[in-house]
Amino acid sequence: MVAVTRSTVIDAPVAEVWQVLRDFNGHDRWHPAVAHSELEAGRRTDQIGAVRNFDLASGERLREVLLSMSDRERRFRYAIVESEVPLYDYVAEVQLKPVTDGTRTFWSWSSRFRTPPGRERELAELVAEGVYEAGFAALRARLERSAPPTPAVRTAAPTRSLEGHAAAIDRFGDAGELHLVPVGAPPPGPGQVRLRQTAIGVNFIDVYCRTGYFRLMEPPGPLGMEAAGEVVDVGPGVRHLRPGMRVGYACPPVGAYASVRTMQAALVVPLPDVLDEATAAAVLLKGMTAEFLLHRVHALRRGETVLVYAPAGGVGQLLCQWANRLGATVIGATSTPEKARIARACGCHHVVLPGAESLEAQVHVLTGGRGADVIYDAVGAESFDHSLAALATCGHLVSFGQASGDIGARDIGSLAQVSATLSRPNFAHYTDTPEKVAAITERLFAALRDGTLRVEPPRRFPLTAAAEAHRALEAGETTGALILIPEAA
Amino acid sequence: MVQVYASSVLGAPADRIWAVVRDFNGLPDWHPAIAESRIEGNAPADQVGCVRAFRLRDGGALREQLLALSDYDFSMTYAILESPMGVENYVATLKLTPVTDGARTFIEWSAEFDCPEEREAELAAQIGDGVFQGGFDALKARFGG
Repeated sequence: MVAVTRSTVIDAPVAEVWQVLRDFNGHDRWHPAVAHSELEAGRRTDQIGAVRNFDLASGERLREVLLSMSDRERRFRYAIVESEVPLYDYVAEVQLKPVTDGTRTFWSWSSRFRTPPGRERELAELVAEGVYEAGFAALRARLERSAPPTPAVRTAAPTRSLEGHAAAIDRFGDAGELHLVPVGAPPPGPGQVRLRQTAIGVNFIDVYCRTGYFRLMEPPGPLGMEAAGEVVDVGPGVRHLRPGMRVGYACPPVGAYASVRTMQAALVVPLPDVLDEATAAAVLLKGMTAEFLLHRVHALRRGETVLVYAPAGGVGQLLCQWANRLGATVIGATSTPEKARIARACGCHHVVLPGAESLEAQVHVLTGGRGADVIYDAVGAESFDHSLAALATCGHLVSFGQASGDIGARDIGSLAQVSATLSRPNFAHYTDTPEKVAAITERLFAALRDGTLRVEPPRRFPLTAAAEAHRALEAGETTGALILIPEAA
Repeated sequence: MVQVYASSVLGAPADRIWAVVRDFNGLPDWHPAIAESRIEGNAPADQVGCVRAFRLRDGGALREQLLALSDYDFSMTYAILESPMGVENYVATLKLTPVTDGARTFIEWSAEFDCPEEREAELAAQIGDGVFQGGFDALKARFGG
């Protein structure tokens, strides 16, 4: 039997280190040896018995099972179930302890295992250095870098405006209206924060703002409702943010397509360690949308059948993953076999494609004639009548967008055919107070942490190419999220 | 039951620090609060079950019994038999763990005891800050930290 123990001291509070380590399925986000981690179906990341599948950076594959986890002791144990690296009967333990005279953390990582004869030393070194010490170094770099700056920087009273640029429109119209303008972010007043933004989300609601379909802004001005970046400074009375903190937001007022911005601090949330800025800009607005659609507009219950249009799109991927985890039967309605593959990977039990049969006929076949209990439809003009026809009795049609065009006037009496409920929620009304934002982001971050939601890397455009990003989104040629990256100052 | 936990990092290998702290009769050599110590009945200081009697610098007197000692784990557990502090069922453990990426040591000192509820905060502070952290500070001065 070989025994390996390695330990270190990390200059970060124990709760912060534990928050990263306890995500059994999140080690690919920080450990350089792990290229990809995926949980086997049906278990959560902190559920005892969960099995993670690692693709190692070296090319090998590995399956490991979570044996025990204690938030009280800040300790977990796991074992290798199957490995292309010859480590047999491998059981490891990760343990954190606070260093109470300061805010540091003692971290020990140990294991026992057998190896093929003669390879003990080589494999013990691989585990000790390639896994444990490499992990210490990676997490140290990550957590110690995000340490707050010195108080001297924090209390400096800035008076100058911070220069930057933004993608703005002068009048409502097509994507060609978007152009770059210089902007300045003034020093933050009471209750305000000033941000240097590093990633900006592109959403369909931005298209509606650009065309004037939603009057959430009046030109001239920049578009955008979602971004992530770093706090430059905060105004009087702001307690939850401090300079250097990584933050994000997804909310009105419109104006996020900018490299610098001064805004109301209460709508800005600190990002958890599991979320880098590009991913935050890709997932905040769409994830908050999925949260209120599945938990507030309609409280989805286990056993319900849900139909999701555009299941391979930004919001669609999140709706399908989350609905699946909530125990619903998920049907995705999409247009191509490639998007159907993505939909299935996101938890769709069934996918319907355009064919000889209408959408409603396919849904009725899949549900034994019942129809769908809830339908999330952001397609609009082309889908509305099909959605009503695909609803189960007393079903709920949630119309939250009109990518194919305005739905137009409809006869309310037609809803009586199945005693349908119709909702037309607006993101702004679910996210316009700090209390609402805090409640929604808390559940969203928990779903990201425990692996309920996995986000594919967003497609990046420079901020200067915002018009191109809008064209790609409107053409329906994208899967997953789009983000804009301001050039470094 | 009150629980007190304190920990620190010392700038020397665990075996060097253990050589000093494992001596159940050696507190006056390193802890600033202890003036004198002797082992009752002339027993060896590493005999499990032996009793040390100290005098504190502030004049108080204590008797403590060694319950467990492990050179393998760098760990020592003892109980208070008599003290002026007014605690009951007091059991404490001092433990060292090597920090493998450098010649450093993680030191933990913890205790559990019973006392009247209105004295819990005062006693927890006295033990955690005075006894345990006071000891760490003295060891840091000697070994670095």
